Formats: sequence, C-alpha cells, structure tokens
Amino acid sequence: MSIAKFPLPDVGEGLTEAEIVSWKVAVGDQVSVNQTICEIETAKSIVELPCPFAGEVVELFAKEGDTVEVGNPIIAVRVVGASPIPVLSEPDAPATGDEKDTGAEYKIPTLVGYGDSGDVKSRRSRAVAAMAPVTTAIPVSMVRAAAASESIMAKPPIRKMAKELGVDLGSVVGTGMHGEITREDVIGSASQASVFKNLTTPDAPSEREERIPVKGVRKAIATAMVRSAFTAPHVSIFVDVDATRTMEYVKRLKNSVDFAGIKVTPLLIMAKAMIWAARRNKMVNSTWTDEEIIVHNFVNLGIAAATPRGLIVPNIKDADAMSMIELAQAIEQLAATAREGKTTQEDMSNGTITITNIGVFGVDTGTPILNPGEVGIVALGSIRKKPWVVDDEIVVRQVTTIGATFDHRVVDGDVASRFVQDVASVIEEPALLLD
Amino acid sequence: MAPFFQVRAKLGPVIPDNSIPMLQLLSPDGTYGVPKEYAKYGEIIDSISEDTLLAMYRDMARIRRFDIEAIALQRQGQLGLWVPAIGQEGAQIGSGYGVGPNDHIFPSYREHGVALTHGVELMSILKMMRGVNHGGWNPEETRFHLYAIVLASQVLHAVGYAMGVKFDGKVGTGNLEEDLAVISYFGDGATAEGDISESLLFAAVNKAPIVFFIQNNQWAISSRVDTQTTVPLYTRGEGFGVPGLRIDGNDVLANYAATKYHMDQAREGAGPVLLEALTYRIGAHTTSDDPSKYRDEEEVEYWKARDPIQRFETFLRRQGINDDFFDEVKIAGDALAADIREQTFALGIPPLENIFNHVYSEEHPEIDRQKAWLKAYEEKMGSHE
Repeated sequence: MSIAKFPLPDVGEGLTEAEIVSWKVAVGDQVSVNQTICEIETAKSIVELPCPFAGEVVELFAKEGDTVEVGNPIIAVRVVGASPIPVLSEPDAPATGDEKDTGAEYKIPTLVGYGDSGDVKSRRSRAVAAMAPVTTAIPVSMVRAAAASESIMAKPPIRKMAKELGVDLGSVVGTGMHGEITREDVIGSASQASVFKNLTTPDAPSEREERIPVKGVRKAIATAMVRSAFTAPHVSIFVDVDATRTMEYVKRLKNSVDFAGIKVTPLLIMAKAMIWAARRNKMVNSTWTDEEIIVHNFVNLGIAAATPRGLIVPNIKDADAMSMIELAQAIEQLAATAREGKTTQEDMSNGTITITNIGVFGVDTGTPILNPGEVGIVALGSIRKKPWVVDDEIVVRQVTTIGATFDHRVVDGDVASRFVQDVASVIEEPALLLD
Repeated sequence: MAPFFQVRAKLGPVIPDNSIPMLQLLSPDGTYGVPKEYAKYGEIIDSISEDTLLAMYRDMARIRRFDIEAIALQRQGQLGLWVPAIGQEGAQIGSGYGVGPNDHIFPSYREHGVALTHGVELMSILKMMRGVNHGGWNPEETRFHLYAIVLASQVLHAVGYAMGVKFDGKVGTGNLEEDLAVISYFGDGATAEGDISESLLFAAVNKAPIVFFIQNNQWAISSRVDTQTTVPLYTRGEGFGVPGLRIDGNDVLANYAATKYHMDQAREGAGPVLLEALTYRIGAHTTSDDPSKYRDEEEVEYWKARDPIQRFETFLRRQGINDDFFDEVKIAGDALAADIREQTFALGIPPLENIFNHVYSEEHPEIDRQKAWLKAYEEKMGSHE
C-alpha cells in the first residue's frame, strides 16, 4: 500500500492555474484508472480530469471553487501494492497514521508549463510551501472582465482625441457598432470629467445669496454625519509618509501588459494597503451594536465618491478576495456608477471600512468622519514633492499625509496607531503587499 | 462590447451540401453499393481480401483507442499536448492502405492513423508530444515523413520531393520495384494558405507524381470551412490544372479505393490530383481547445451518426463477421492502451537543456545565455517534482 498524489497538470500549454469546478469523487470512494475525478476550469476551457491510478481516495486537497496552481497536488489515492506507475521523484514526507501503509508517499511527475502568470508571489510559494495547494479563489468572471477591457475598440483619431482630452478609454462605454467608442462618447466623457476637475471658475452669481433645499443626498449626508459624530466618540490620527515608492509602483503597473486599459492610481495601492492592514488589525474592520462588537472577516471597502449630487459612499463587496487587477476594475466601476448616478442602496449598505481620497482635491489631509455603522475611515491626502529627511540629508520625496478616524468605543489607541502605521508602511514600501 | 463572433454564430451548424457529387461506397447505414460513374473505384474494392478488410477495421479501432488514451495521458500531465484524430479514422486508415510500398507520405500533425499503417511506432508520436524527441522515426524506413507543425509547409516539401522523383526518372517506367508517387496530407484550414496554391501550381506544371489529400474536417480550429472557401475544396486545383474528387471521408472503402487508384495513376505518370475527404473532427482541435465554445451540439450529432468505425462494423457484421472478432479487437485495444500508459509514464521528464541543445551544432553565446537564465529561473521557482 502506498499513497499516490496527483498534481494539477497543465492541460493547455502554459496555464499556471485552474479552478476546481466540481468533484466527481469523495474521500473513501474507490476510483479506477481514467475515471473522471473532477472538472476544472482553466483560462481556456472547462475540462474533466481522469484519474491516473486506481485505489481509494484518501484526501482531496482543494474545495470546489478553489483555484489551484499547476503542480500542486489535488487528490491523494491509496493504491494497492507499490507505486502504480514508475515514480521518478523522491518520496515526499513520510506518511502519518495508518501503519498498514509502507510509509511511502508519491507524487507523480507531471509536465508543467511556463505561462506568464505575472504573479511572482504565488509562483514563489510553490517552492516555499509545496503542501499548501490552494491560492485565493479568483472568480473567473473577473478574470474574463480583465481580458475584455483590454480590447478597446476606437479608431486612431478618436484615441488621439481621448489622449488630448485626458479621457481614459477604458472607462468609456462605447455606443458604436460592436461597442466601438465614438467621437461623441469621448466628448461626453470629457465633459463629465471636467465637472470633477472643476477647472473653470464660474462667474459670480448676481444674487446675494442662494437657498438650496435640504433634501435628497444632501439631507442624507447631513443626517449620517450628525448621527456618526454624535453617537461614536471619534479619535483621529495623522501620519506623514514618503510615498515615492508607491508612485513608482503605480507607474510600473500602468506600463505593465497585465494592466493595459485598467486605471491605476495611488488610491488602488491605498485600498490594498488598508485591506492588508485591516487583516493584521481586525478591530478596525468591525461594527458596534451596543450589545456586541461584530468583527468582520471580510472587507466591504467603502470609497467616498464626490458626485454632482453630493458625497456618497458605495462599497466594494469582498474587496479582500480580489486581486490587484480586480480591485482596480472594481474601483473604476464604482466611480463610473457613482458619476452616472446609478449607485444603488445595496451598493452603499454593509460597508465595513472606508477610504476617502481627499488628495484629488489637492488637500493635504483632513479629519474624516466615520461612515455610520463602521469604526474606521482613512483619508488619503494629496501626494506631492516635499523635502524629506533621508540619512540626515534633506532630499526631495513624494510625500503624503494619511489621516484616520476611529470609533473609540471599539478601537483603542494602540490598535489605531498600529493600523495607521501598517497602512503607512505599505505606502512607503508597496512590496509589503507581496508578504 | 459585442464580440465579432456573435455575428458568425448565426451561420448555423456546419453541414456539407449533399447535392455535390461525392464518391461513397458505404452509405452511413453500412450498405455497400457502387454508383455507375464510380465503377473504376468499385473494381479496386472487388479485389480486396477479407483479411485486408479485417486488418483495416483493426487499425481503425486500434488508433481510436490509442487516441482516447493519449487524451487521458495529456489530462494527467504526461503529454504537453495531444491532437485528437477521433472521427477521421476512415479517411486516414483507408488512404493509408491505398499508398504503395515505395511511395512517400508527407503528413501534417494529426495523421496518427496513416502513421500506423506505415509502421511508425505509436510511442514515437507520444514521445514527440511529451517533448522527449522531435518525432524519432526514420522517414527513410517508414517513408512516412516527420509531422509538420507549421501548417501547409509539408505540402511544399511533398511537391519538391515529387518533382525530384520525376527528375530521377522514377515515374511511369513500368518498373514497379522502382517507381513511386508522393501523397501529402493537409486540412481545410491549410487550403487558405498561399503555400497550397504554390504547391498546386508547381505540381501541375511539372506534372509531378503527387496526390494532394485534404481531410476536410470542417473546422480550422474555430474557423468554419465556409468562411475560408466559397467553392468546394476539391475544385480548388482546377485553375492550376489539378483535377479533384470529393470522397466521403468517413467511408473507409471509398478512401482506400480513391487513394489506391490515384496513387497508381500518379506513379504511372498521370500527374497530380486533389482528393477532398469530407470528414469531421469529433473532438477538440487539440487538448488546449474547447470546441463547445464555437460549434453546435446538433452538428456534432449529425457527424456522430456518420461515424466511420460504426459504419464499417455494420458492413462487416453483414458480411458474417461476428462478436468473436470484435471482442478480440476490443481486448487488443485495451491492452495497447495499458501498454502505452505504462511506457509513457516511464519516459521521464525531458531535461530542460534539450530545448537548447539542438539549436546550433556549435557553441552559441546567446543560446548559452538563455539556457543559464532558464536554469536560474527554475532554481528560483523550486522543483516541480
């Protein structure tokens, strides 16, 4: 008796991973050679995997919906006799438990391709942790969306015009044939953008004063602010940070093939930093209910959005499960939906922590007020060149201020400080995200 | 954004126009009959022995079982890629039997059935798909040349070889020990390449001893045949002076008769001819392809009802061949599968250096640099074993 493991093969010339769509066998089942054991979905297709050996299933290393890296074992089978097939590799770690086993464990050697995953971290993890097969599940639909956004259809003059007007074609919805972006689409998008840039100063109105009825979004903002400020004791913390490396990282991502057509901004790195820091300091990602504190192990990341109708805070559901590309797309989508005034109540409910990007308005920092129901909010100030001390010398660095406010009922000063320090350290060194 | 292919999806299933004349001796229900205009092909079938018929069936079943096992081996990480030929056994085995003992064959990369009929070790094909070798059989011995991965390139090679045969004076001398002809296999997709037009022209003006054999399996990966030609492919050579014939590619007897007849003619100096075997690739283009993304189930069902092996089995049973034979074939197929499975696992993983070792015959600094880079990369990533 010995245990044979089947590593996920590269079924399609250069694939690096696949999602387990469904298992056709369970632990304890007898399997025969070439019996279908599972269905996997790769970037190319859905395929069935036949079992390379016969015996009893002793372990499944991944769940349905998990994404497994090529080369990591997905199933272990107790086979009768010695190894079912010639095994070229050294036996793995000795088997534990069952004394009837010979103690030998085998992983059959498989051919592994060299697809460009672009994800150094998960590739490296193969060597470091060969026994941890499951990487974070990435919904296939999101991956496809990433691929789709790369194929922007617009004629060269339209692309030139978009560039001149500062319009990101990736965020424009084309209305032409097959979704082609037309001249009108770009112009429409450009005028929308100018609303936020506020580049033109309006003429002074002739009336001495203007009365704006308190209703709609404005009323909701007011109510929320008052409720927040008067129910939760706020505590705010500020820290200056050298964001030079973040800016370089943003530049690199912008130029990378994987992010072609995707909007990359410092806000994206900030969002990633917050998710990372929130995982290390769970209390900041919770809710106070008087009876209990609900600590969330997911992050519905609120992003404060200025719209023509006022401030709204939609959130990105399960932002912690997203890859950098998915998160970038989600932020872009959230902003576009908000601009179009199509944000729904659902988009705005069940947020767990919020980020507000006041830097886009050219402000260094501010004291953010908590989004009701949440206990943490972080403000990202403008990033600009300032004198900074490095090794006792004053050098020019890109500096920003991170401001954060917490509900002091839940978040103590030390947790708050550690959280902000964590966010700041990522901004200072984005490579920490690879941790 | 609306993808372009949605527009094409409206074309409906790819089912050929059955009003176009086609050589068919076995109808899809296994009934044998020779239409008057095809009498010369019927005469060839009249002279086949029962043993040859059974050998043809055995090879068709054998290559299908081999194919199924190879797909499983690819899915188990034992082959880098597999190119299934399931559904095309009638065209491949039939034509393979029609090629004479001196003739040369220039295949594409899906001709496993033809390879089998000319003594190529099936393990050689698996080794190639595992990256262990580049084919490994000796074309001088088998007269079956190495697989051509670059579409249509083999047809130029074939025409060149046929022209050489003519220059050597080995055509139409009546000396059956010496005379030979050439056959080249390619698909419907390759016909859209310029190489094929050049090949047809050179073959025609030089009256080269060659049979162009198109396996029209309806799909060039995901491109339908009717988006690549507006006329039936067997007429493609007419403007160049190469006459053509359409064959029911899933009728093994028609493929045998047509190939035998026209190879004999070419060997005797009649010049080139173009055969279009109408068939269907039941499986994927390769194991990297998912045909459900581009074709209808309805279409696949149409072709499954015209399966070449099922059709031939029905015919043989009517000739009095019973279960004993078919059971024996099945057992032999499973034994073959078990054997190639064991041999494939025993092949080991080819060393990475092989990628670089045969690029230049001498030391080359750029190749050395790439080799060193890949080695360092591998070490960084850790072992796959």
